[in-house]
Amino acid sequence: MQPLVRTAGISKHYPSGGTIVRAVSNVSLTIEHGEFVAIRGRSGSGKSTLMHLLGLLDRPDSGEYALQGREVAKLSEDRRAAIRSHDIGFVFQLPALLPRATALENVELPLVYAGVPRSERRYRAKDALERVGLADRCHHWPNQLSGGEQQRVVIARATVNDPALILADEPTGSLDSGTSNEILTLFEGLHRDGHTIIVVTHATEVADRARRQITLHDGRIIEDVVASGKSSLQNATTLDSPL
Amino acid sequence: MSPLESLPIAARALRVNKLRSALTVLGIVVGVAAVVCMVSVGAGAQAEVSEKIRTLGANLLLVMPGARNSGGARLQSGTQPTLTEEDAAAIRRELVGAQVAAPLLSRSMPLVAANKNWLTLVAGINPDYLVAREWQVANGRSFTGDEIASGAKVAIVGSVIIEELFDGRTGVGETFRIGNVPFAVIGVLDKKGLGAAGRSQDDVVFIPLSTAKSRVLGAVRGTTREALDFISIKVWDTTAMSEVEREIEAMLRQRHRIRGDAPNDFRIENPADVLIARGAAVRILGVLLIAVAAVSLVVGGISIMNIMLVSVTERTREIGLRMAVGAGRRDIRWQFLIEALILALMGGLVGAVLGAAAAVAIAWRAGWPILISPWAIILACGFAGFIGISFGLYPAHRAARLDPIVALRFE
Repeated sequence: MQPLVRTAGISKHYPSGGTIVRAVSNVSLTIEHGEFVAIRGRSGSGKSTLMHLLGLLDRPDSGEYALQGREVAKLSEDRRAAIRSHDIGFVFQLPALLPRATALENVELPLVYAGVPRSERRYRAKDALERVGLADRCHHWPNQLSGGEQQRVVIARATVNDPALILADEPTGSLDSGTSNEILTLFEGLHRDGHTIIVVTHATEVADRARRQITLHDGRIIEDVVASGKSSLQNATTLDSPL
Repeated sequence: MSPLESLPIAARALRVNKLRSALTVLGIVVGVAAVVCMVSVGAGAQAEVSEKIRTLGANLLLVMPGARNSGGARLQSGTQPTLTEEDAAAIRRELVGAQVAAPLLSRSMPLVAANKNWLTLVAGINPDYLVAREWQVANGRSFTGDEIASGAKVAIVGSVIIEELFDGRTGVGETFRIGNVPFAVIGVLDKKGLGAAGRSQDDVVFIPLSTAKSRVLGAVRGTTREALDFISIKVWDTTAMSEVEREIEAMLRQRHRIRGDAPNDFRIENPADVLIARGAAVRILGVLLIAVAAVSLVVGGISIMNIMLVSVTERTREIGLRMAVGAGRRDIRWQFLIEALILALMGGLVGAVLGAAAAVAIAWRAGWPILISPWAIILACGFAGFIGISFGLYPAHRAARLDPIVALRFE
């Protein structure tokens, strides 16, 4: 079976004030189905750019990127949009919801662009909200929801079309520690259900939840470790997910 | 994604900024309202002109007494009696192009019947006049030759007279007085409705011309009894109108002994031409207003473009989020294009309603028939939609061209 993500020497450079910033420099990376990976690094280390590249929001200047065995680096914008709607779920830092759409409508959004018929959309979006424990918040507007609830809606949206890859960018960035914990527990639940998750974060407590930690510095991978069995066991014992 | 999916999104975006949406479409509203109103008013005026020409009677020429030089002073038109019954008889006798030439002498006179009074136009005519005006007697009969010759005290009255003097009874056989002279009603005229001057043509009493000259109007006038108000000439053939007009002019100059280059002492008028000219004036005004409306529509389009550009900037982050969850450039383009289209169409609809209302009000005040042209509404709304799409293209293109990452970072 092909690895889910395989990059070969991808780079992304930005011109900035006369010099060129190597946001991502020659990164080769393989991620298998079902992995839970944290990409760590300080601000400016290139981790967000790497996530944008992996999520097909951005195009590498050089290198190759195969998603599910398919070369995607050079596809047209519309083709990449189609792959985003079918195979990738994004969890952004708040506010990541459309303010003028209800929770349910927000969750439906990827299905709208994937061309799923309305009735099926409704059903699947409700199901996704139920799985994050927000069945009773379907018709609330984003500003009627707490930060934790909003982030759970975002997670429901990211998982509603059952994507091969879930990408999260500082998913707990604007949440207090208790709520952060709930959200991270949700991610662990998704991982157990077989989802592949890549979390980009600078926070150690977030990265520690992942089995594999990749550390970036100046656009290069300086460390790529898989957590010990013990720590993973320890994580496993703390799992008290509502799922 | 089907572009139809954008409809509720666009509707909601517009609802959130109700006042802004309303102000944006003002230009379109004004433009469409002006088009619908002017086309409808123009059609109403046109129908009115046609209707008046129809009630006038086809191929009609009027000869009226004109100015006459008297001792070097040019007297006002109609002050000197110049047209006589003999002129009318001569025209009828000698011009083959004229079907009838009907003399008419009229004056406003008080009518009295039982305990009712009514002031109306009393006109002395002979039956030729009814032929010239294509006017039928609905009830009763017309004048006989004997009655004309002997100056009988009989009258044919319009429907208004029946209502005012006889409470809507048939009226035929009843008597009334014109001034002090008693008359018997022998006929009631068909309804004609409003005339060119905006006065009811049915508010009229016809009596034999001979009676009018000798007993009713001639006596009051004091001047010569031969003076006519005008002669109505019905021409056989429409295409011969101007030819007959020239023949009448030549003949009357001869009969009135007008020499060389001296001016006519009469005027010949084609009343249909006057009405057509009036209709044309309304039409020209309409064309001018529609030109103004076109400018207003373009300005409306520019204001839609302006507000759509603002909207795209305001919703940059929304666009980024939509792109991240799978919206393609085409989806984003449709979303904003449909928003612009809905804006323009709503403006068009409101404008059509306002324009139709204004047209009804104008037609009602002017006494024109109300003719709301559905084609004007469809065309104006279609044009508004076209403007919405044309001026929405650029903002929609700007939105679709956004880089998802830049859009997502936008605060």
